[in-house]
Amino acid sequence: MLFARPDTLTQAIALRAQGCRVLAGGTDLYPGAGDQLSGDVLDLTAIPALRGIISGPDGLRIGSCTTWSDLAEATLPPALIALQQAARQVGGRQVQNAGTLGGNLCNASPAADGVPPLLALEAAVELTGPDGTRSLPLGHFITGPRRTALQPGEILTAITLPSRALSGRSAFVKLGARAHLVISIAMVAARISLEQGRIVQAALAVGCCGPVARLLPLDLTGLTLTQALDHLTPAALAVHLSPIDDIRATAAYRLEAAAELLRRAVTEAA
Amino acid sequence: MITFTLNGQPVTTDTAPTRRLSEVLREDLGLKGTKVGCDAGDCGSCTVLVDGRAQCACLTPTARVAGAQVETVEAETPELTRLRAAFLRHGAAQCGICTPGMLMAAVDLLRRNPTPTEAEASNSLGGVLCRCTGYRKIIAAVCDTTDAAAITTGGVGAALQRLDGAAKVAGDLFGADVVPESALTLKAIRSPHHHAAFTFGDLTAYARRPGIAAVFTAADIPGVNRFGVIPPFADQPAIAPSPVRFRGECVALVAFEPGVTPDLSDFPITWQELPALMAPALAETSALLIHANRPGNRLTEGRVVKGDAASALATSAHVVEGEITTAFVEHAYIEPEAGSAWMEGDVLNIRACTQAPVMDRDDTAAILGLPVDKVRIRPSAVGGGFGSKLDVSLQPLLGLVALKTGRPVRMTYTRQESMASTTKRHPAEIRGRIGCDATGRITAVEFDGRFDTGAYASWGPTVANRVPVHASGPYLTPHVHARARAIHTNGPVSGAFRGFGVPQAAIWQETLYDQLADKAGIDRLEFRILNALSDGDQSATGQVMQATGIRACLESLRPHWHRALAEAQGKPGRGVGLASCWYGCGNTSLPNPSTIRIGITAQGDIVLHQGATDIGQGSNTVITQIAAKALGLPVEQFHLIGPDTFLSPDAGKTSASRQTYVSGRAAHDTARALRAQILRLANASDAAALLLNHGTLTVTEGTTRRDIPLASLPKGTDGYVLQAEETYDPPTAPLDGNGQGKPYAVYGYGAQLVELQVDPTLGTVTLLNITAAHDVGRAINPQLAEGQIEGGIAQGIGLALMEEYLPGRTENLHDYLIPTTGDVPPIQSILIEIPDPEGPFGAKGLGEHVLIPTAPAILNAIRHATGAKITRLPALPHRIRAAIQGAQP
Repeated sequence: MLFARPDTLTQAIALRAQGCRVLAGGTDLYPGAGDQLSGDVLDLTAIPALRGIISGPDGLRIGSCTTWSDLAEATLPPALIALQQAARQVGGRQVQNAGTLGGNLCNASPAADGVPPLLALEAAVELTGPDGTRSLPLGHFITGPRRTALQPGEILTAITLPSRALSGRSAFVKLGARAHLVISIAMVAARISLEQGRIVQAALAVGCCGPVARLLPLDLTGLTLTQALDHLTPAALAVHLSPIDDIRATAAYRLEAAAELLRRAVTEAA
Repeated sequence: MITFTLNGQPVTTDTAPTRRLSEVLREDLGLKGTKVGCDAGDCGSCTVLVDGRAQCACLTPTARVAGAQVETVEAETPELTRLRAAFLRHGAAQCGICTPGMLMAAVDLLRRNPTPTEAEASNSLGGVLCRCTGYRKIIAAVCDTTDAAAITTGGVGAALQRLDGAAKVAGDLFGADVVPESALTLKAIRSPHHHAAFTFGDLTAYARRPGIAAVFTAADIPGVNRFGVIPPFADQPAIAPSPVRFRGECVALVAFEPGVTPDLSDFPITWQELPALMAPALAETSALLIHANRPGNRLTEGRVVKGDAASALATSAHVVEGEITTAFVEHAYIEPEAGSAWMEGDVLNIRACTQAPVMDRDDTAAILGLPVDKVRIRPSAVGGGFGSKLDVSLQPLLGLVALKTGRPVRMTYTRQESMASTTKRHPAEIRGRIGCDATGRITAVEFDGRFDTGAYASWGPTVANRVPVHASGPYLTPHVHARARAIHTNGPVSGAFRGFGVPQAAIWQETLYDQLADKAGIDRLEFRILNALSDGDQSATGQVMQATGIRACLESLRPHWHRALAEAQGKPGRGVGLASCWYGCGNTSLPNPSTIRIGITAQGDIVLHQGATDIGQGSNTVITQIAAKALGLPVEQFHLIGPDTFLSPDAGKTSASRQTYVSGRAAHDTARALRAQILRLANASDAAALLLNHGTLTVTEGTTRRDIPLASLPKGTDGYVLQAEETYDPPTAPLDGNGQGKPYAVYGYGAQLVELQVDPTLGTVTLLNITAAHDVGRAINPQLAEGQIEGGIAQGIGLALMEEYLPGRTENLHDYLIPTTGDVPPIQSILIEIPDPEGPFGAKGLGEHVLIPTAPAILNAIRHATGAKITRLPALPHRIRAAIQGAQP
C-alpha cells in the first residue's frame, strides 16, 4: 500500500497515472472506511498550487484543494456570496476546515453544496492529466449522481470562474429539517445583476431536485425584480427539474420549495 | 514515521499514514479523551485542534498532521481551564461523552473570539452533537467569561455542581476507553435483511486463518440462548440461530488477535431472504407468525376500563376524534455500545456501558450457564442511555468469548451497528375520542393504540401496560376505555425510550384536548386547569391521588401564556401551544426495590455504595445530597462506590424516572438508620448535630458533646465500624383485568409552553421560547433538574420535528437527524415543589416527564399558528406544508 503526499503537481500527476486514489479533505472518503483508507492513496493537500483563490485577467481561479473555511474567510466579489454562504453551511466547522471544493465536486452528490453556487458562476473545472490540462463546464463534468467526467489519470486541479460571471450579487439558500449539519431537502443559488431596476444578468441553479444540480435556462433579463419573481413558479421549474420522493420530502414539495427558495434567493441577491 | 506536536510535546508514530488520527491518538498514544461517536464526521465528538483549527480526528489521515500542532482535551491551556470550570459551574456536562469535542470546538472559538455571543457560540458548536443537555447550558458556559465560584457544598436543594464532573470535563472513561492488555477484538456478523435464513460455510477453516482467534455461533452458547428484560416474555437470542428476525441481528462472532485490522468481508455465510412483516397493521392479520406462540403477532395488550366511556361520549356536549402515527425513534446516544471482558479466576468480569448492571449480570449468567456470583459487572461511564442501554447488548457476546477463550476481549459497536441492532422507541398508531360536557369538564376518553414492538419483546409489555394507565393525561376523567397492544414486526426491537410509550399517547391526547377546548369555547390553558387532577381525585385506574402537582404547574404558566398569546397577536405564522404530562415513577405494579449501603471507616471516610447507575442524569450527586442531608454530615465527606455488582447492593435500573425517588428514598432510609445508630452510641436525640473530623465523630446536642473515636469501634465484616443498609420498594398494588389498582406510588407532573414561528410557504418551524413547569416534589439539585428538563425538551423537539429511524436507510447520524445547537430555543424552567410523602424529602421523578409535553405542545403551537393538524410524526417540512394546505378553506 502506497501513501503519497507530494508537494508538486508534477509528482501528483505521475502518481495518479499509477492508479492511486485521490484524497483531498477526506470528509467524504473516511465515512464508510475502516480504520484507514484502503488501496494506494494520493493526498493532494500538500500541493501549494492547488490551494487558494487567484484573480486573473480572465476571472477567478480557485484551487481544487481550497477548503470551505478558506472560501468563507476570503474577501471575494459579491457574486461569490452564495459560494461563501454555502461554505459556511457544509457540515460543521470541523468539516469546513478539512473539506475542499474540488472534493465536493468529484464526490458528485446530488446534494453537493458547492454545485449550485458554482453553476450560477458559470464555473468550469480544470482537469490535469499526463497529457496536459483540459477545461470542462461544471455542468458537463458532473454527469450523474456520484458520476463525473474525470478520466483515469486526471486530477481536478482548479475551478475557474469567468470574468463575465463575476458581476452582480448572489445568494444561497438551503432548506433542511434542522439548523446545523443540514443535508438539504432542496437548495438554490441565484446571481443577479440589476441596472436601473431591471435585471441585466441572472443565473439561477437548483440542487437536490434531480440526479444532478441544474442551472435553470430561464431568461429573466429585462425584467424587474417583481416580474422575475412572478416567473419563479413550481410549474415553470417542473420542466427543468426532476425531484424524487425520499425520506426527506416528497417530489411535489421539493418543486414548490425550490420555487420559493429561488424567490428568496433572488430577492436577497438583488 | 510521522512526527507531530501533541499538546506541546513532540510525538512520533509509525502507524499507517491514512489511519484515522482518532485511532492513533486513542490506541497508539493512549489519549482516550478524544471520543469516537460515528467515524463519519457527523457527531463531532472526536474534535481536536490541528494548527489551531477544529477538525474531526476521525476524518483526518494521521500523515496529514506531520509537523503540525495537535491539541486534544488532555491539553492544558488557559481556554480549557476556563471552559472546564464554566462547564462544571453551568452543569454543561451530563454524560460527558460529547464534552471533549464541545470543549475543543469551544477553544477554537474562544481563540478567535474571546467574548462570543450566544449565536456565535451556537454556530461554532453546531458540528458537535449532544443528546443529553439540550445545549443551552453548554452555550451558556462557553459565553460565560466570568470566573464565578461554583457551588461545591450544600445539602438538599443546593445547585451543587456534579460530584463526578471533574472526570467528565477531562475526558471520562467510557466503555471503549479501558482496554485490557492483549485483548482480542470482537466483531459481530449481523443480518443485512429484515427476515432471512442463513447457512454457514466452513467456519473451522475460517477460524484457522491468521489473525483470527476464534469464531462463535449460537451453537456455542453454553446456557439458555434467550434474554429479555421481563423474564416471562424473554425471547431474544444473544446470537441468533437461523432465521433472523430483524436487520442487524447478530448471527456469529469473530474474535481477532490484538493488532489485527478486523476484516469480515469474506466471512462464510449464505443468506436467503424471507418475506418480512414491516407494518403492524398487516402483522396483526398475517398468517406469518414472527414468534410461533404469539397469535396475531400480538405480544401483549394492556387495558384500563373505568365506567362506560361509549355511553358517556354518546351524551357528551362536545366530542373530538383523531388519530396520530409516530415513527421508530433512535436513542442516538453519542457513545456506541462498548466494553471489554476478562476472567479473574473463575469470575467473568465485564466492563461496559449500561443502565442496568444487575439485569446485565442475570441475563449474561443465564446465557452463559453461569451462577450469578460468577459474573461481575463493572459499569463504565455511560455516554448516554435513554432506555436503550437497559437491555443487554454486547455483554453476553464479550462474556462468551472471555469464558470460552480465557482471554481478555474488547468490543466497540460501529455507529451503524449500534443503530441497527439496539432498541428503538415504539412507533404508535393511536386513535380514539375524547368528550366533555357543556361546561368543558371532560366526560370520557376512548383510546386505542397499536404499538410496533419489533422483532422481540424487550419492553413491549411495559409500554402496553403503562400507556393505558396514562391515556387520559393528568385530568379528571370519569369514564375511560383505553387499550394498547404491542404487535411484533420484523422491524428493529422496540424497547424502552424515555417515557415508555407515554410520549406517543400524550401527542394524541394533548392535541385532541386543544381541539376539545376550542369546541367548548374555553381557553386552552383554562380548559386544562379546569380538568386538572386534584388531591383526592381518582385516576383512571381508581387510584386516589395525592401530592398532585398538575394544577400548580399549569397555573404557574398562566402569566407566560397571556404574554405569549399577546405577543403572537397579529403576527402571521406565530403560534403558542401548551401540553401537560403526568408520569408514574417506577415499575407499573411490579416490585421495584433499591438497596443502598453506607459505611463509615475507622479513619472517618463515609463510603456510599451508590448502585444507581449515573448515565448523566446526576444520581451520583443527587443520591449523595439526599444521604448527606439525612445523615447530617456534609456531602464533601462522602466517597462514592459505584454500581459494580461485587461492591454495591442492587439499586435497580436507571429507568422509569425511579432513581431519585426509589434509590433516593433507599439512601435516605439508610442514612437515617446510620444516624440512628450514631445517636444511640451518643445517647442523643435526633436534634443532635454530627461532626466528623480526623476519625472522630462528634455528636452535639445543646451543651452536651460526645466524641466517638471511630478507631475504637469494632470493625464489621465489610470493614466498616458503622454501617447501614436499607431497601425501599414503592408501595404499589396490582392492576386487575380492567386495569384498576395502584400502579405507582408516586407521580410527577409537568406542563410546557411553546412559542414558535411557522414559515407557511416552506412548512418549516423556528422555535422561539419554551417555558417548562415541572412538579419535582422537591428539587434535590435544581441545576441537575433543569438539565433534565432542557435535555428532555431537546429530545421532544427531535421527536416532533425531525427524527425517523428507517432500518437500512437512516442507520447513521447523517441521515438520522437529531437536534443541533441551533434547534433548541431558550428554555425557562419553573420548578414546582408539591412534596410527595413517599419521596425522599418529598422528591418525585423527573427524567421522562420532561420529554412528554414537548412534542404535543409544538404541534398545538403549529395548529394555533396555521390551523394545520399534524397527524404523522415527525412533522417534517413537507408534512407541515401539506397540513397547512389541507387546513386552508
